Amino acid sequence: MDLIKLTISEAKKGLKKKEFSARELTENYLERIKKLNPQLNAFITVCEKEALESADHADKLILQGETWEAQPLLGIPFSMKDVYSTKNIRTTAGSKILENYLPPYNASVYQKLIDSGAILLGKTNCDAWGHGSSTENSDFGPTKNPWNLDYVPGGSSGGSAAVLAADMTIFEIGEDTGGSIRLPSAFCATVGLKVTYGRVSRYGAISYASSLDSMGPMGKNVSDVAEILSVIAGSDSHDATSSPRPVEDYSSSLNQDIKGLKIGIPSEFFSKGLNSEIKDAINKALQIFKEKGAEIVDISLPHTEDGIATYYLIASSETSSNLARYDGIRFGNDREYFGQEAKKRIMLGTYALSSGYYDQYYLKAQKVRSLIKNDFEKAFNKCEVILAPVSPIPPFKLGEKIADPLQMYLVDVYTVLINLAGIPSLALPCGFSKAGLPIGMQIIGPQFSEKSLLNVGYQYEQATDWQKMKPEL
Amino acid sequence: MKYQPVIGLEVHVELKTKSKMFCGCSADYFGTEPNTHVCPVCLGLPGALPVPNRQAIDWCRMIGLALNCQLASFSKFDRKNYFYPDLPKGYQISQYDIPFCDKGEIILSSDKKIGITRVHMEEDTAKLMHQLGISNFHFPKETTFPISNKEKYSLIDFNRSGVPLVEIVTEPDFENSQEVVEYLKKLQQIVRYLDVSNADMEKGDMRLEPNISVREISNLKSQISNELPKYKVEVKNINSFRFVEKAINYEIQRQGELLDKGKTPIQETRGYDEVHNRTVSQRTKEEAQDYRYFPEPDIPPIRISESQISNLKSQIPELPTEKKNRFIKDYGLREDQAFQLVETRKIADFFEEAVKIGKKFGIEATAIANIMINKRVDWSRMLPAELVEAIVKSKREDLPAMELENIISEIIKKEGSAVTNYKRGKSGSMEFLVGKVMAQTKGKGNPNQIRQKIIEKLGEKS
Repeated sequence: MDLIKLTISEAKKGLKKKEFSARELTENYLERIKKLNPQLNAFITVCEKEALESADHADKLILQGETWEAQPLLGIPFSMKDVYSTKNIRTTAGSKILENYLPPYNASVYQKLIDSGAILLGKTNCDAWGHGSSTENSDFGPTKNPWNLDYVPGGSSGGSAAVLAADMTIFEIGEDTGGSIRLPSAFCATVGLKVTYGRVSRYGAISYASSLDSMGPMGKNVSDVAEILSVIAGSDSHDATSSPRPVEDYSSSLNQDIKGLKIGIPSEFFSKGLNSEIKDAINKALQIFKEKGAEIVDISLPHTEDGIATYYLIASSETSSNLARYDGIRFGNDREYFGQEAKKRIMLGTYALSSGYYDQYYLKAQKVRSLIKNDFEKAFNKCEVILAPVSPIPPFKLGEKIADPLQMYLVDVYTVLINLAGIPSLALPCGFSKAGLPIGMQIIGPQFSEKSLLNVGYQYEQATDWQKMKPEL
Repeated sequence: MKYQPVIGLEVHVELKTKSKMFCGCSADYFGTEPNTHVCPVCLGLPGALPVPNRQAIDWCRMIGLALNCQLASFSKFDRKNYFYPDLPKGYQISQYDIPFCDKGEIILSSDKKIGITRVHMEEDTAKLMHQLGISNFHFPKETTFPISNKEKYSLIDFNRSGVPLVEIVTEPDFENSQEVVEYLKKLQQIVRYLDVSNADMEKGDMRLEPNISVREISNLKSQISNELPKYKVEVKNINSFRFVEKAINYEIQRQGELLDKGKTPIQETRGYDEVHNRTVSQRTKEEAQDYRYFPEPDIPPIRISESQISNLKSQIPELPTEKKNRFIKDYGLREDQAFQLVETRKIADFFEEAVKIGKKFGIEATAIANIMINKRVDWSRMLPAELVEAIVKSKREDLPAMELENIISEIIKKEGSAVTNYKRGKSGSMEFLVGKVMAQTKGKGNPNQIRQKIIEKLGEKS
């Protein structure tokens, strides 16, 4: 049995039947990481010692008869984007500022995962502070796309998607502020969920832009993602923006019939600028949905074009404030250690919040944000979910867009709107380009519609084989 | 030339909630070992998030209600961005354009109204300790960082970081330092009545920042009489009512002298130097900070319903002014008596309890008031019932006034030589006379009273 290819449910089954131990499982992944990380640069920190200790502990519990009902992820290795605070395990947010920072506490998401028995393998690479769409802005060097090492894996959670595609982990926790889970998922042919703002606690995750940051699961298929969400979702007394809404059982409701489901197609997403291969892939996906009885509805999101400007004003404003704490007094390295992109966004945000410019930039962006929310509310009167591309272009080459920041920002044109509206969106693979690079799509729903999105995604996944395809490494 | 001072005031009051404003750490930092009341939130560690303290918000609103403010049905927190080593997040969570309370007033004894512009909630900063010489501080053994300058360095104690602060801002309605001090005493009394702060100046529970400017009296008669001066000077670092008075008086004089010379004082922040009783320039308008306020995205907006407002109102105890008026009306006290008896809730409650018990013994409220105010007995160590008992006892022991008069006259007549000696300045003779009277009354009566009566009697004769 090839242990590194397992999904969560397969791994659980094997552990239950004692076909292998949590230690064996963990060792297999650690070995795989050792082998592939030098090429991919997907992990910033591998915590081998801690992982093996946790694995031994899990084996002990399994031997003592601990159940997966009590600890649903018992013995399952995973990894996290390096923005989650992990007690005494280095947490850098991809920035040299925090090169030597050992958090004295755990992020709520991480605490929930270890409480449910999961084993942390390490912390994955990302654009520093989440600022980027290619992972090239990591101060620890770029991550390579496992499907072609000359290409970027997307960003900012590029390491997260890369380790999934390369079978260096079973599941991942990413973070999505403007597309950071969905773009890498699309670029690496993995599944990623940007949750409703407030569905998963942000406590302990290093902030990029507080009103947009969404913590979310990433996996090799939809049912894994559903299972992880059931563990990490829920209100948190440490996060005032977390929702008190009860957590649903996301796994048991997959496989619901989608006959009559109204799928909205936003005309603005399919106009100029969309790569034709991506357009074709989405159309083929639509065909599958139609065959399953779904109804296609034309909708409009009139403020689509304003998304990027609105996003960059709000996100930069918030990040300029969130990054103020790295003032050189406590974390070892001073503000000189900020990379180019962080400096750019700090300056942009500081400017947008300055007196005399606030109304014109920050406040105006907030008003447009309301309009974008209204766009979605109106759209969801006509349909239950929206189907859209994740990005207008397929994965691009390392270095290709570094010189043209505006081009780089435009990669997020279809994703930022969802963060601005605070709604959930599930990204999953829907094909490959002629060059053999992954293409992804996103299924967007109204607030707290994760259950429905996962079901729709699962229905599609069952009808296709994309999730079974693996890069040659 | 004559000038009229225009003074406004910002007061920070630290609340005595159990926990800090945005985390569960103890807010009681006074005299604690540095950096022992800390957590990721009040240290501003990466990823930590603020969760507002409901109790603090309620108390802030109660202060607002006690100052006759309007409560905002919709409010929010904002970030005030600036760099300072005592500010771990690089911003302070405060309130900008929608404070919890606004448009209140405090009425001074002269019936003058001092407008309250706003009452808002924010968090305190950490405390910096600037050290001179390595010997002042014993670094923990595990300290590995190098201290490059062993003579001069600063330490940060985060125990105070995130302690709830309420800021109360007035209109520029004060015309002199006496009004400011009266206002401050009233404000201090109110927050103590509400039992939301110790309001102890020495411990930094209450911090004062007056802003002062002056305008020419002659201008007042013209049409622009209500126009404020084009500048104002804010004075910081004041930690007592006495110093606020001195600082304001100093500024009025300094600014007046500048205007006399035809100069306009500059808009600036000055610090009060209590050693030399003067103010010193700290920062001018050109260096003023742009705080880049924006809504705190980590805390959702905060609303309050009418029923929640009524609930808060019901929690507000009778405040000093109401109490004073009731004491005058119900107990027939004089204004000055009532004023003294409402100084604290403890005194007022003691008085009312004693009045209740005294009634059963036919003792007047005014008698209790007198004995408490004149401090003829140390009532602070007694129970109200014990005070009443003492009054009842002393009444019983009181001689009928006429009888005492007669005894005194008799003794003065009898002890002529002692009287002569006393009049020549021999003070011991008075004690001899008192002793003689006491012997006659067989110990009854108050020696002080007897002494007083003898002096009066001798005065009549000469």
